[in-house]
Amino acid sequence: MKNLVIAVGAALTLSAGVLQASDLNAAGATFPAPIYQKWFQDYKARNSSVQINYQSIGSGGGIRQLTAGTVDFGASDAPMSDDQMSKITRFKVLHFPTVLGAVVPAYNISGVSQDLKFSGETLAGIFMGTITKWNDGRIAKDNPGVKLPASDITVIHRSDGSGTTFVFTDYLSKVSPEWKSKLGANTAVNWPVGLGGKGNEGVSGLVKQTPNSIGYVELVYAAQNNMAFGAVKNAAGVYVKASTAGVTAAAAGAARTMPADFRVSIVDAPGKGAYPISSFTWLLIPTHFDDASKRDDVKNFLKWMLADGQKNVEALHYAPLPKQVVAKEMSQINLIR
Amino acid sequence: MAASATVSAPRAPEGRTFFTRLRAGEETAYLFCLLTACSILLVTAYLIFQLWIQSSVARRQFGLGFLWTTIWDPNLGHFGALPFIYGTLVTSLLALIIAAPLGLGAAIYLSEMAPPKWSNVFTFLIELLAAVPSVIYGLLAIFTLVPLVRSVIGPALEHTFGFLPLFKGPIYGVGVLTAGMILAIMTFPYIISISRESLMSVPREQREAALALGATKWEATWDAVVPFARLGILGSIFLSLARALGETMAVTMVIGNDPKIRASLLAPGYTIASVIANEFTEATEDIHLASLVLLGLVLFLITIILNAGARLLILATTKAGMKK
Repeated sequence: MKNLVIAVGAALTLSAGVLQASDLNAAGATFPAPIYQKWFQDYKARNSSVQINYQSIGSGGGIRQLTAGTVDFGASDAPMSDDQMSKITRFKVLHFPTVLGAVVPAYNISGVSQDLKFSGETLAGIFMGTITKWNDGRIAKDNPGVKLPASDITVIHRSDGSGTTFVFTDYLSKVSPEWKSKLGANTAVNWPVGLGGKGNEGVSGLVKQTPNSIGYVELVYAAQNNMAFGAVKNAAGVYVKASTAGVTAAAAGAARTMPADFRVSIVDAPGKGAYPISSFTWLLIPTHFDDASKRDDVKNFLKWMLADGQKNVEALHYAPLPKQVVAKEMSQINLIR
Repeated sequence: MAASATVSAPRAPEGRTFFTRLRAGEETAYLFCLLTACSILLVTAYLIFQLWIQSSVARRQFGLGFLWTTIWDPNLGHFGALPFIYGTLVTSLLALIIAAPLGLGAAIYLSEMAPPKWSNVFTFLIELLAAVPSVIYGLLAIFTLVPLVRSVIGPALEHTFGFLPLFKGPIYGVGVLTAGMILAIMTFPYIISISRESLMSVPREQREAALALGATKWEATWDAVVPFARLGILGSIFLSLARALGETMAVTMVIGNDPKIRASLLAPGYTIASVIANEFTEATEDIHLASLVLLGLVLFLITIILNAGARLLILATTKAGMKK
């Protein structure tokens, strides 16, 4: 009996010890969750002692949990604001871009089979409700030769707070001063027109079902579901249809002027091939870990993620980081102490 | 005699102390049940406490004006509850208007008219329906109800009642009416199930007396049985109202999620539970989060007020019934 107690006790301490030494907990954005799960799995396969658990609870939740100290690091689709950063006093937060995503305009117009083209001002007009018909002159100007119906446009937007909405409204704020002053950029805004769908699947479902509608979804989602979507005019004046290459090009175009802390929006980036509605998604890493082994695990994971990890992101339809950004991030890893 | 009486006298009850009764299980059971009952009180109190604390930022900034402000702009930090209160009340009332007569009719059929075998099969199916998760109803609504409203029900209503502002405007398929309809479908099993139970428990004498006085089968049912069971029937309706008020998933999927107050039932709307589910995960600003929690508190208050109203109504009808 006594032996049994000792054995059980030893087993418990042992397993607790194992858990403590290797388990890292992270939480945050849902958009990059598939690639993060794959990375954490692949990384565990190479270094069996490092188990990283990721809860995809949303960017807001990730930032809150990091602030409360309940996770080792966070993840977000929008960079933290100065206000949010100032609430964390125990350490500073470093932003590490991991992959890139893009948002595409998806539509369903009866009788139109060509890919449509949109300029930023046109998209802002449609989503603000100032352009209400498909045959409006501003849409026709972007699409010479396409016969558009004289029907009302039904706008579909996300109803849930989302990084996708943040990127899309960030872009519209950049290209339309009116959008910026009236609505601004956020994970949820006060949409003047349209219907709200929950999640990418909610928006795409409504677009598919509603004749003459337009919505916005993540490139990953549109690509996986073979949805039709339009090209968007970039800062160089070229209409670019979203692709992982175009998104990486946007990040490369923005790299030259990028601030050292990576808290940057890359919408409407310069470069002929750049897709304008692109964005980083970030891991939020503390500069200081109390536990030295956790710190080393995180640093090693980041190094692996920036090198080998980047190789398999396109299989999941994410865009990899451009070289310039990877080099800058490698030197930022040294700030973790 | 006296001696034998003393011998055979049972042990005095006051001889059993609290602890012996505890051992006998009597007091243990009492304490256990008391604790379980108290836990309900504790959970409710804690819930209100948390909602109150977590919403303090929003309460301080908006005060009571939160209740009648119509703007919800997370980006500029303006938050008001009125469109959500309106959407919640309208969808729930719509659900009751549709589900209550249907449910009552079905319950009367099942308890009074159907052959017992049929009645049992139906009851089993209804209880099955009550256990279906709401997201499944949401899918049903997206795939069948939304197209149906867009292409058949909506145009028909507009054609017939288009002169009323209730049925004007563009028809998207998603909207307040569709949300009310799916809520009706979801709450319908509750109304049938509980109403049927209370109709079945009406004493047989009640029916026989009415029939003996020369009433037809239907007259006996409507004038003698249904009034007798009205407490249970009203109870079932208020239970469904509570479910409709708090329903989140299915409503979010079909209501269109647009926080504006419009007269038309065909237009999109928004409910309190939906906006909390939609925006909570990505609400990063304190004031946004606090406003969502405050909405939760408002929903809690609406539920309490409506429930209290229901109690009063039941009380009033019972008294009126007694006077008769």
